Amino acid sequence: MSLGRIARYLWPAVPVLIALVITGLLLVVFGVSPQAGFGAMLRGAFGDQSRVLSVTAFWVPLALASVGLVVSFTAGLWNIGVEGQIVIGAIAASWLALKFNFSGPLQIIFELLAAMIAGAIWAGVTAFLKTRGKVHEIFGGLALNNLAIIFTNYLISGPWQPPEGGTFRGTVPFPTKALLPLYGDSRLSPISVVMVIAAVVIVFLLLRGSYWGLKLKALGKNPSSAFLLGVSSERETILALMFCGALAGLGGAVRVTSWFDSLRQSISGGIGYLALLVVMLSAFRVLLIPFIAYFFSAVLNGSITLQLRTQLHSSLGGILTGVLVLMVLLFGELRQLKRFSEGRVSSRPDE
Amino acid sequence: MKVALRDIRKYFGQVKANDGISLVLESGQIYGLLGENGAGKSTLMKILSGYHQPDSGQIELDDKDVKFSSPAEALANGVGMIYQDPLDVPSMRAVENYLLGRDLRINLAYSAATSEMIENASQLGFKIDPQAFIDTLSIGERQQLELLRLLALGAEVLILDEPTTGISAEQKEGLFASIRKLAKESGKTVILVSHKLSEVQELCDHVLVLCKGKFVGEVDIPCSTERLVQMMFKEIPPRSSRVSYLREKNLLELSQVEFEGERLAVTGINLTVRAGEVFGLAGLEGSGQKLLLQACAGLIQPKRGKIILDGEDVTRFSYHQMRAASVAYLPAGRLEEGLVAGLSLIEHVALARPQKGFVVDWNYFERITQSQIDKYQIVGRPETLVHELSGGNQQRALFALLRSPLKLLLLEHPTRGLDVLSAQWIWQLLLNRVEEGSSILYYSADLDELVERSDRIAAFSGGVMSRIVTATETTADELGHLIGGEE
Repeated sequence: MSLGRIARYLWPAVPVLIALVITGLLLVVFGVSPQAGFGAMLRGAFGDQSRVLSVTAFWVPLALASVGLVVSFTAGLWNIGVEGQIVIGAIAASWLALKFNFSGPLQIIFELLAAMIAGAIWAGVTAFLKTRGKVHEIFGGLALNNLAIIFTNYLISGPWQPPEGGTFRGTVPFPTKALLPLYGDSRLSPISVVMVIAAVVIVFLLLRGSYWGLKLKALGKNPSSAFLLGVSSERETILALMFCGALAGLGGAVRVTSWFDSLRQSISGGIGYLALLVVMLSAFRVLLIPFIAYFFSAVLNGSITLQLRTQLHSSLGGILTGVLVLMVLLFGELRQLKRFSEGRVSSRPDE
Repeated sequence: MKVALRDIRKYFGQVKANDGISLVLESGQIYGLLGENGAGKSTLMKILSGYHQPDSGQIELDDKDVKFSSPAEALANGVGMIYQDPLDVPSMRAVENYLLGRDLRINLAYSAATSEMIENASQLGFKIDPQAFIDTLSIGERQQLELLRLLALGAEVLILDEPTTGISAEQKEGLFASIRKLAKESGKTVILVSHKLSEVQELCDHVLVLCKGKFVGEVDIPCSTERLVQMMFKEIPPRSSRVSYLREKNLLELSQVEFEGERLAVTGINLTVRAGEVFGLAGLEGSGQKLLLQACAGLIQPKRGKIILDGEDVTRFSYHQMRAASVAYLPAGRLEEGLVAGLSLIEHVALARPQKGFVVDWNYFERITQSQIDKYQIVGRPETLVHELSGGNQQRALFALLRSPLKLLLLEHPTRGLDVLSAQWIWQLLLNRVEEGSSILYYSADLDELVERSDRIAAFSGGVMSRIVTATETTADELGHLIGGEE
C-alpha cells in the first residue's frame, strides 16, 4: 500500500480528532474534565456486555439504511426520504405482526419482506416524482418523511390503538413469534447482524462488479454523458432509490421487531438523517459504513451514561456527531480546494 | 469613451485564448469584432467587462489605466456588456431588474424609477411595461431592458455579444437604430460581437478580426464579404484529392423536418445523405446545425416532417432507439457530454458495449480496452481516469468507444483543438468507417476541413439551411457567403 493510499483510508480520522477536541473543550466550559466525560461515554457504550449489545442493536438499522444510501448516493441522488422509508418499513412489518398469523418462521420472514417492499415503494414514489414530475428528490423525500410520520401517529392513535385506549405512544406488543429472536434479554437479534453483513457484501459486490453498479456510478458522476453512453437515467434512478428504500424498510422492521416490540411514535427517531451523516463521513465507501455507523451508535448510547454521571444533557452525543459531520464536510471541501489549487480542476475557456 | 487594450494575455491551461492583443477603440464609433469559434472574442470582451481578469496587459479608458475585479467595477467605470443570454432575474418585474446594480440602500424609489425607465425607453424607441415579469418578455425586450439598465448606470462603452440571436427582424431593426443613435448622438463606444457578416456590414464602422487569440487586422466598412472571410479564416486551402466511397443507396432522408431549440426554430429541412457519404454542415455556432444533428440522433423530437433511416421511419425514435438502430452521436463537449469524468477507460468501454449478463467481466474488458488503446494510440492505461487524458486523447477515446458497424455517425467538431497530425489521423479513422459503408453527417467551424473532407456541404444561417453544394466545386469563400446568409 502506498502512502497516498494509506492517507486516503485514514483521512476520516482527522475530522474525528478535531470534533473530539471541540467537544472536549465544550466539556471543559461546563466544568467537566474531558477525561471524565469521554470516560463516562466510553463506559456507557462498552462498559459491560448489555451496553455493547445495546449499542449493536441500535447500530443494525442505522447500518442498513446507510448501506442503502451508498447506492443512491452513487447514482448522485440525495435520498433524504430514507427516514420515511424506515418508518414505512416499520409500519408494514407491524401490519403483518398485528393483523396476520403465519405459521412458524414464515411470520417474521413475511414481516421483513413486507417492510422491504414498502420501503422500496415509498422510495419509488420519490423517484417517480423526480423522473416524471421534476420534483427534486430532496423535496419529495422530505414531504414523504412527514407523511410517513403522520401516518404512524394516525395508526397508533386510531385503528391500531391498544384496546385499553390510545396513549399516543404505541400499539400493543407483538406476539413473540412476530419478533426477531433476541439474544438473551438484550434488544439485539443476531439475525439482524447477519442482515447487515449480507447487505454490506451485496452492495460492495454490486457496485464493484455489476453493470448496474457501473451505470449508477456513471449516472452519479455525469448524467448527460451517461445518457449518451446508453444509460437509461430514469430506470436507474428509480431502481437506485428503490434499492435504498428496501434496505431502509428492513431497518424499520428491525426497529419494531427487536429494538421495540411494537409500533411506536417516532419509531425511527431520526436514524435516517443519522444515516445520511454516516454516509457523508464514509465518502461513499461501503466497507467503511459498518464501522462509522458503530461509532455513531456508541457515541449516542454512551452519552446517555454521560448524562447520568456528569449531569450534562445527553444531547452532548448529538453535538459530538454534529460537529463531526461539519468537520468532515469542511475537510471534503478543503480537499477539493487543494485539488483546485493544484490545477486538476482547471477553469476552461468559454468557447 | 476611448478604450485602449494593451497586450492583453489570457491563458486557460494550455489554451492561449488571448495571446497579446492590442486594440484602440474611439468613442462614437461602432466596431464589429469578428473571428471564428475559439478565436478569443468572448474572452477579450469578458476581460474588458470585468468578468475575467487578464493574466497580463493593460486596459485604458480615456488614457487612464484601469483594473476591474468584477463586472460591477467595470460598469462603475463605464463599461457595460449585454450577454447573449440576458443576465436578468426572470421572477422579478422589469422595473425591479432595471434597478438592479444601483446602490439605493433602503429607498427603492419605484415610481421615480418607473417614469425614468419609460422616459429612457421612449428616447430609444423601446416599449417595455415596467410592471411586466421578465419571463413574459421576449428575448429582444429583455435585451432592450438590459441596455436601458446599463445606460442608466452610466455605461459609455457598450459590448453586445451576438445580440441578434433569437430576436425578431423588427426588434433587430429597432436595436440597430438605437445603437446607431447611441453612438452617433451620445458618443458611446459600441462593440458588436457577431458571427453574422451581413449584420456587421450593416451596422459597424470598423471591423476588428481575431484569429487564434491574436489580433490579425482592422478594416473599415464598407468592405467586401470576401475580404472579411479571408481575414477570419486566413488562406483558402490547397485541395487534396480524396477517394469518395459514395454508394447509390439513400441512407438518411429528411423531408420537411421542423424542430426547435431554446432560442432557434429550424424549418423546412430537406436533406438526403447517401450511404458512404460524408456530409458537412457549415455555419456559425447556434445557427441550427447542432439541432439538426440532435434531431437525427433522437435527442430532440421534430415538430413536423419525416426522418427515414435506411428505409425505416425513425421520426419518433428516442435517442436509445436511434442508438440501437446503429446511429452514433459524438458531441463537441468531450467531458461534458461524451465521457464521464471520474470513470476509467475500462469502465467506459464496459458501459459503451452491449451489456452481457449482470456481472462485468473486468478481465475481458481490460483486454479489450488495452487493444483499443493500442489501436487508437491513446496515451494512457486501461485504468486511467478519462479526465486525466489530454484533449486529443479524450477524442481518440470517444472514437474507441464507438460501436461497429455503424450506419450513421453524427459528429460535432470532429477535430477541434487537435493538431494537424491528430486531425489527419482522426479523419483516416472516419474514412475507414465510410469505406465500410457508414455515412457521416458532421459540422465544423473549420471551412478548410469541410471543403477537404466532405462530399457535399450545406450551410446554416439563423436556422435556415442553404442550398447544398458539392465539395469539389465549392470554395471556403463560397461557404463564407452561405454562412453569412447570402445565396
